[in-house]
Amino acid sequence: MYKYASPKNFYALAGRLIPWLGTITLLLFVFGLYLGLYVAPPDYQQGDSYRIMFIHVPAAWMSMFVYVMMAGAGLVGLVWNIKLADMLATASAPIGASLTLMALVTGSLWGKPTWGTYWVWDARLTSELLLFFLYMGFMALQAAIDDPRRSARAGAVLALVGVVDIPIIHFSVVWWNTLHQPASIGSLGRIVSPTIYPSMLHPLLIMSIAFFVFYFTVVLIRMRGEILARERHTGWVTQIVRSGMEAQGARP
Amino acid sequence: MSQNLLGTARCIFQRDLILAARKPADVATPLAFFVIVSSLFPLGVGPEPDVLSRLAPGVLWVAALLATMLSLGRLFAGDHADGTLEQMTLSPHPLTPLVFAKVAAHWVTSGLLLVVLSPLLAMQLNLPAHAMGTLAVTLLLGTPVLSLLGSVGAALTLGVRGGGVLLSLLVLPLYTPVLIFGAGAVTASASGLDTKAYFSLLGAFLLLALGFAPWATAAALRISLD
Repeated sequence: MYKYASPKNFYALAGRLIPWLGTITLLLFVFGLYLGLYVAPPDYQQGDSYRIMFIHVPAAWMSMFVYVMMAGAGLVGLVWNIKLADMLATASAPIGASLTLMALVTGSLWGKPTWGTYWVWDARLTSELLLFFLYMGFMALQAAIDDPRRSARAGAVLALVGVVDIPIIHFSVVWWNTLHQPASIGSLGRIVSPTIYPSMLHPLLIMSIAFFVFYFTVVLIRMRGEILARERHTGWVTQIVRSGMEAQGARP
Repeated sequence: MSQNLLGTARCIFQRDLILAARKPADVATPLAFFVIVSSLFPLGVGPEPDVLSRLAPGVLWVAALLATMLSLGRLFAGDHADGTLEQMTLSPHPLTPLVFAKVAAHWVTSGLLLVVLSPLLAMQLNLPAHAMGTLAVTLLLGTPVLSLLGSVGAALTLGVRGGGVLLSLLVLPLYTPVLIFGAGAVTASASGLDTKAYFSLLGAFLLLALGFAPWATAAALRISLD
């Protein structure tokens, strides 16, 4: 196990895992979308528009999960000084931000047929928006600091403060929302109640697993890039770059 | 060296107050910003008293948030530039209480003055008189949270390029719960509702921030000075 804590071995391991994880992601997406868009019946109230849920809900779940991953990896990096954990946190941030943006865009597209407008200050959408700002802050802070060690550690402290604050922000927004919104507007989450019909629940679960595996696939790809960038002065990276250049030079 | 921890913390607190008194412009600028931003709203939305009194709690709280954020830059920057901060991290005392003393001094020279100034602006925005007390109490409970959370951001962005704008990006999303309950309390009070729950929640935020923020700020300072 310890063998893979070194960036060089991890680079090779990730390179072997990525094709498998990528294939699983693709299969899960195809199967989940087939069940969600084709097999699942239309909703008796919302018709076909509810099907955006199969993208929206997993993206929203994952956006929060990735932030927790980021903070957890940041903590590990901060306490035990493990480079790979720092890289995991840094590599996770853009993925988490994209998933948050996806949840926001799909939520707003879903809002049009359901609520009649693209944007409603719904509690969940507002929390997602604030989560998006937190991701932006994390990425901006890391981008502004050149020293990779300081950048990783500063990001970790920010992510940890954020992870303590996110539940508080979420409950504040929910509370604020119940005060300001008329109760007639249904929350998106009501659809994902335990009484959901199995033919709608199954694609949702499969899509969630697909997003989950997708995150790990992409994070490994991004971590490989981080490893190459940070270890670019070492011998093994130089070798990889040289063999890559030779392969390119052989083509014309 | 023979100073005990409490004495050192008090010394830092007094020193920061003296420094602020010697440079009153640094203290006054965020306050002037607070006044100007609040005065811009009637120009933007029109002078109808009803509209203004509806907007007043939110406008005043958002302006207080922004003014606090602007004042955060001076929290560590001066001490960082002249090396005082480095000496503080080298002192035999733990950094957290020393950071706490600095944040307390920052609050006295920013948040507390906003509280004092708030009734004036509340009048300007036609907030009902009975809600002014609530505004002052919520600011009294809320602005220390803003200083404490802001100190983490100020420590993280110390000496970083584009620090000011970056700081706002880091800190403003974290401020939202205080904004929601601070402005919520004033709105409730203006419409004659009970505000006890809001005060309890703001007090809870304050206790939480008192417990965790100086510690996180000290950690962030050590990272920035590394």
